[in-house]
Amino acid sequence: MTTASPHELAEHAHPRNLAHHFDTPAQQFAAGKLGIWLFLTTEVLLFSGLFCAYAVYRVNHPAIFEYAHLYLSKPLGATNTLVLIFSSFTMATAVWAAQTGRQKALVGLLAVTLLCGFVFMGIKFVEYKAKWEEGLLTGKWYRPEAPPEEAAIPKQDATQKAGAVPQQSTTVDARLLTGPMVLERSRTPAGAVGPTGISPQWLERGKPSETKWIAPEPYNVQTFFGIYFAMTGLHGVHVVAGMLVIGWVLLRARRGDFGPDYFSPVDFTGLYWHLVDLVWIFLFPLLYLIT
Amino acid sequence: MSHATLTEKQAEHHALAHVVPLRVLAAVFVALVLLTGVTVAVAGVDLGSMNLFVALGIAGVKATLVVLYFMHLRYDRPFNRIVFLACLLFVVIFIGGVLQDTRMYHPEIIPGQAPQMKDVHQPFGR
Repeated sequence: MTTASPHELAEHAHPRNLAHHFDTPAQQFAAGKLGIWLFLTTEVLLFSGLFCAYAVYRVNHPAIFEYAHLYLSKPLGATNTLVLIFSSFTMATAVWAAQTGRQKALVGLLAVTLLCGFVFMGIKFVEYKAKWEEGLLTGKWYRPEAPPEEAAIPKQDATQKAGAVPQQSTTVDARLLTGPMVLERSRTPAGAVGPTGISPQWLERGKPSETKWIAPEPYNVQTFFGIYFAMTGLHGVHVVAGMLVIGWVLLRARRGDFGPDYFSPVDFTGLYWHLVDLVWIFLFPLLYLIT
Repeated sequence: MSHATLTEKQAEHHALAHVVPLRVLAAVFVALVLLTGVTVAVAGVDLGSMNLFVALGIAGVKATLVVLYFMHLRYDRPFNRIVFLACLLFVVIFIGGVLQDTRMYHPEIIPGQAPQMKDVHQPFGR
């Protein structure tokens, strides 16, 4: 065996996880961190395009959003918000565990974070499935089975909200209120095209004693679901991507790769996961909590 | 490969990055949960056009907490802060600019020339 040259010795006298093109672990960490922040800015700008579409449609067609959001389940949306916030917390704590060399805690916290990702996507699946079955999709696939539950307005409120009532149908309204008549929902556009009589958007459900008014459906409700599926869909893709990366970090953590002197993958994965949480923090009130 | 476990005191002088203490992370988590409750509760109160701004304000506070503490930006290098804030500035310019523009389209610039366009601003029909 020949003696190693001074050059070779110098080349290998560096910390185990330090790549050759960096001088120090601190430099390597700072470079990686700048890289992930730059990536996150591109992600923010990507989502901002969808938020912009949302803003434009909402400014121009507020009635569509006020009506269509009633189809979304607030409890499921709120649960998913809490799930993501909790997963962000466990992820941040996992970074802490890696930084302070708590091996078991790191593996456990990463596993919990991954589990939260599955719970989130599970709830998302339940929501999407319901939308699919109720015909609440975008474009020509928007064929709702029924108006949203909450769109029912008690009788006395309905008279106050007379501004929304088409003027020419006041005479039929009286019959709708008193009689046990149940109208089938029609695909024929109301009044706009021709004299079609009773507006099909005035539905009556339940027993005559519980007669309620249903708020008239605005035109082009399908655009809300186009925006809803685009925004939550892209977000869901990001959740799945984050879960894949967390799974990889979890495997490496189990192998004992991370500790106080090397935790970049945990930290950077965490930053990405928090961004996914950030997007949802805005999506939840904008889609589910419209007043 | 074995790594030494750091005590609270050692963690304060971490070589690579600032270690956010566990109690800070827990406090941020509790704040985020409470703010989620507030935003759901406020949504049930009719504040007119203020509802949207209240909801966005609460979301903004939550996002700030996440960025500063979960994402360590409060303790991070100033350059990373500049990168992120510059990004947010461009988001504001982008959405703000488009919103300025989208209200500039009147359904009828010349009265009577585009009768079908009326429907756009009358969502329930005539």
